[in-house]
Amino acid sequence: MAQLQNENIKLVRKLVLGCLLMFGFGFALVPLYDVFCDITGLNGKVTRTGPAGPMQVDRSREINLQLIAVNNEAMPWQFEPITTTMTIHPGLTGQTAFLAYNPTGQNMIAQAVPSVAPAEAAEYLQKINCFCFERQALEPGQSMEMPLLFVIDPELPEHITTITLSYTLFDITPQLQANYSAGQPSMRRFML
Amino acid sequence: MGTLEQTVETDEHHGPARGITRWFYTTNHKDIGSMYLWFSLIMFLLGGCMALSIRAELFQPGLQLMDPNFFNQMTTMHGLIMVFGAVMPAFVGLANWMVPLMIGAPDMALPRMNNWSFWILPFAFSMMVATLFMEGGAPNFGWTFYAPLSTTYAPPSVTFFIFAVHMMGISSIMGAINIIATILNLRAPGMTMMKLPLFVWTWLITAFLLIAVMPVLAGVVTMMLMDIHFGTSFFNAAGGGDPVLFQHVFWFFGHPEVYIMILPAFGIISQIIPTFARKKLFGYASMVYATASIAFLSFIVWAHHMFTVGMPLAGELFFMFSTMLIAVPTGVKVFNWVATMFRGSMTFETPMLFALAFVVLFTIGGFSGLMLAIAPADFQYHDTYFVVAHFHYVLVPGAIFSIVAGVYYWLPKWTGNMYHEGMGKLHFWLSFIGVNITFFPMHFVGLAGMPRRIPDYALQFADFNAVATVGAFIFGFSQLLLVYNVIQCIRVKRHTTAQVWEGAEGLEWTVPSPAPYHTFAQPPLVK
Repeated sequence: MAQLQNENIKLVRKLVLGCLLMFGFGFALVPLYDVFCDITGLNGKVTRTGPAGPMQVDRSREINLQLIAVNNEAMPWQFEPITTTMTIHPGLTGQTAFLAYNPTGQNMIAQAVPSVAPAEAAEYLQKINCFCFERQALEPGQSMEMPLLFVIDPELPEHITTITLSYTLFDITPQLQANYSAGQPSMRRFML
Repeated sequence: MGTLEQTVETDEHHGPARGITRWFYTTNHKDIGSMYLWFSLIMFLLGGCMALSIRAELFQPGLQLMDPNFFNQMTTMHGLIMVFGAVMPAFVGLANWMVPLMIGAPDMALPRMNNWSFWILPFAFSMMVATLFMEGGAPNFGWTFYAPLSTTYAPPSVTFFIFAVHMMGISSIMGAINIIATILNLRAPGMTMMKLPLFVWTWLITAFLLIAVMPVLAGVVTMMLMDIHFGTSFFNAAGGGDPVLFQHVFWFFGHPEVYIMILPAFGIISQIIPTFARKKLFGYASMVYATASIAFLSFIVWAHHMFTVGMPLAGELFFMFSTMLIAVPTGVKVFNWVATMFRGSMTFETPMLFALAFVVLFTIGGFSGLMLAIAPADFQYHDTYFVVAHFHYVLVPGAIFSIVAGVYYWLPKWTGNMYHEGMGKLHFWLSFIGVNITFFPMHFVGLAGMPRRIPDYALQFADFNAVATVGAFIFGFSQLLLVYNVIQCIRVKRHTTAQVWEGAEGLEWTVPSPAPYHTFAQPPLVK
């Protein structure tokens, strides 16, 4: 009997350890997915940032770059690119900018989150400088031109002729949690 | 942990304690199994009432009975209660009752933990159901609780939901540990692994699945909790997080979870069909390996639930083919069941009827699953009633029918009395007809484009929805027959033999009916 108890306790220890490891694994999935997307370049995230090395300019073809600005829900700023499309040779440094205007009466902070389509092109787009690298603060009524400096790698596969670069602007001004206002008596109607 | 010793050393004729405290303090696997089953029945009826309120609202287009927010609360609570409150506890209850009897063990390996893992459940579900009466209402974001719907836009009661999920997760994990310890350490002499009844085998594999994925579920709700209350940004893009990450982590839990709800069902059916076909199970070893393969594959197919989130082509292809691969071991099982029946001396008592319906209807659900696995086609089916039809076909005439079949099959062993065969058959036929009238039309409206989780719909879907609602009420109310049959079987003395069924084989049929409070104090010798 005592031997059986020992065996049980040993087994339970192993199984509990397994549970704890899997709990940790759940959290490890957060960086693991990022690492996986980085390695495979599957998620359309631009991972090449900072100064670009010298590149051969490919004058034989031109790439259409479409620029899109989107406000996240509840973001009151006006946010738009100064030009919605541009054509550029791969290897040539391109420059453009996005306009932001804070129409509210408050100091606000925003963060732009980029996305590239098609995802395959993401790893060939190098952002030398981008307003999305840091938070953007605007005072009431203030507007600002936010620069974007980039280069498209000439290694870009031949079949890609158009790249769409989209930015979503989020309001990250620190504030008290908005009160949940939808406390409708939904139950009551059903019961009556 | 001294209780197991006490059980073994106590006189075989020592009965249960008296009074209500028997149920609070019991460490007896039969008591705890019964409590799990009663709890599951109550949750099944509660979740069923919610399903009927959903179907009542959908009886005709337009908003009749409830506002959309309450409708969403109903779909959410129906899903959560049926998955975590009805199906999973029912299987754990059956495992508690039958696994020790099938392997010749005196009790579960960890009887006190067993008591604890059951008694957590009523508290977890009280908390979950209580959210219906809170300000802002119950969770309304669907049982899959996708972020940011369940974080940024959730009602305040979401915190109670998170803790309820934590508690039921702890309960499931403890139950799983107990079952593994029982099966690995308490088998009677001579009961080798490849002699284990298939119900025991499928539960062993299910228990490992539970240990692997319930902690991941706990992790994902913990991340939600931190996003809501502690300012982290796991699923918030503004803070560098990613809402799609939620879906990946959730379905990493969620897909093995759906096999947790079907593997024990395979086990029950593999017990019942040989009994009533009066033949040995065809392809025992292939059944074991097929179960293990399905369990393994369940870990690498999760993203087929999210083909439309914008995955790269390589991902779509990988998850499409790995999903289709699951049809192979599942097909092995279905063919083995059919081969078991081939040229057998079949009789059609209630458990066999439910088992046969399981084989046919689960296969239909499996085929619609294969259709959904085709990534390009899934873009049309995604989030339509076709998906609702698919998973209800594998869960209602799948998991639920197998549980009901198991209950009718083992009820005479539990109570010592035979249930009323005529009433059992009536229950079967009403359920069988009701379930098909309810869920088959959903395939049609789904293919025609009716989205799921909506309280109102376009007029062209009206006829099929009315039909489905009629079927749902037939199915729902016929479950009262199950309650009646179980209670009648307990109360009306219609004594049965130890063997109960002519073709039944296995250790559980060697103990008297009703099974004494303590069984196998002396381990039986298995040849």
